[in-house]
Amino acid sequence: MTEPLLEIRNVETYYGPVMAIRGVSLTVNEREIVAVLGANGAGKTTLLKTASGALDCRKGQIIYGGKEIQCRDPDWVARQGISHVPEGREVFPLLTVEENLMMGAYFRKDSDAVADDIETVYGYFPALREVKGQMAAYLSGGQQQMLAIGRGFMSRPKLLLLDEPSLGLSPVLVTEIFDIICRLNREQNIAILLVEQNANLALQVSTRGYVMEVGGMVMDDDSETLLESDDIKEFYLGKKDEGARGLRRWKKKKTWR
Amino acid sequence: MLPIDDVFRLTLIGISQGCAYGLVALGFVLIYKATEVVNFAHGDFMMFGGFAVLTFSESFGLGFWPSLLCACIAMGAAGFLVDALIMRRIIGQSQASVFILTVAFGFILRSAAGMIWGWNPVSIDTPFDNEVTIANVTIGAERLAIIAATVVLCTALYLFFSRSRLGIAMQASAQNQLAAYYMGIPVRRQVSLVWALAAAIATIAGAFMAPITQLDTNTGFIGIKALAGAIVGGFGSIPGTLLGCLLIGVIEPFADYFFPSIKGVSAYIVMLVVLFIRPEGLIVQTYMKKV
Repeated sequence: MTEPLLEIRNVETYYGPVMAIRGVSLTVNEREIVAVLGANGAGKTTLLKTASGALDCRKGQIIYGGKEIQCRDPDWVARQGISHVPEGREVFPLLTVEENLMMGAYFRKDSDAVADDIETVYGYFPALREVKGQMAAYLSGGQQQMLAIGRGFMSRPKLLLLDEPSLGLSPVLVTEIFDIICRLNREQNIAILLVEQNANLALQVSTRGYVMEVGGMVMDDDSETLLESDDIKEFYLGKKDEGARGLRRWKKKKTWR
Repeated sequence: MLPIDDVFRLTLIGISQGCAYGLVALGFVLIYKATEVVNFAHGDFMMFGGFAVLTFSESFGLGFWPSLLCACIAMGAAGFLVDALIMRRIIGQSQASVFILTVAFGFILRSAAGMIWGWNPVSIDTPFDNEVTIANVTIGAERLAIIAATVVLCTALYLFFSRSRLGIAMQASAQNQLAAYYMGIPVRRQVSLVWALAAAIATIAGAFMAPITQLDTNTGFIGIKALAGAIVGGFGSIPGTLLGCLLIGVIEPFADYFFPSIKGVSAYIVMLVVLFIRPEGLIVQTYMKKV
């Protein structure tokens, strides 16, 4: 087997004295989409922030392309080819759409190729071309998410860290954005580490999935297997089975009263 | 009533004074936007820059323009180092410590300037020591020079921040620092560059102010009025800052003329009035984040 593109080994990250993730391991291979599922506060965002260098881990290693990259500055990590699309878009509000995209390619020196890539982004997100002179603050939530992903692509990363791309978007937009995420993965050969609360969608587009709970990994498997697993069905997909399971739920209800 | 010539003269003096405040306030605002630190030593940077011009012209025998250039480079380097070596370490600490640190810088700079250049007022030889007459009003050329310098500098800054890649990246770092990091922008270096830029602008302000007010170790206290102007304009907006400083600059000579008993207080009265009526300042540059 070839070496994984990104390997996270037993990483522990703290917010002050509070341990936010405790001994988490994960791998992402080249050209793969890996999903990380979990409820609020499970540590998914912390995991991505640790991977991109925005948070320093206290223990463990993060290995990218054979090099240890933990506890480096996030701008350095970005220049190695890991692009982080943060939760909540975080576009530069008072810059235009086109300037936002240019900033995504800030450290690249090949200005002709950058211009081509801006066209590529407009190809994926035609809605952005129509508003390219507008300030990002005035875009709709969906357009801002498209801009954030496009800006993340502009550095021509090998690995894209996507944090909750579906946050606050309408179901139609979510489907559209996930289609484009799949196309970016296929057509541009970008590996994607996807953090999502929309478990159903995330498992459908990904090849493998991890489940986090209160700062630790509790499950990992192929996405198809996870989609079929009972726990995932019940707790993340909200599907209820009849029969024995239904009985248990009724009993639980009983004890709470 | 005031004769029309006097109105014109006082207005011109006010505009030039406002431009001087504006040049100083620009540095405050640039640093504030980049780091959310108000550098209370900025007026003293200006004073130090003025003395640096003096040194280059007297000790090295350079003309005014070459001395100005050299002083800008020297002060820019100093500003860069102040951030890179000192300020960077205190970012994230409480606002009070940052405030005290910058105030302490001011004291250090004033004392150092006194020890190096003496405590008596000095003046700089500039090419603007003649007088100009416009429509019956005679005014010192140094007053017009400072207006011209402000216009040129603001145009240059506008072009730099809106057109150049570095300028846009500085804006980006100021607007969303973490996202700028994620883009691979070396934010720390950019913040230091902003300090360098602010120090260089302060030097220009100091050099152009020197023929008007003379230069001594307390020249830097003009910074307080510049700060008032920046607050009037809405701290954080560059056009607003310039507007606020011009407003304060123009009101000041008239107020001093009509109410000589409270000379020099008008700037703060304007600031208080604006803070009462419109606490966010004249021009607001904020936006609501979408969820």
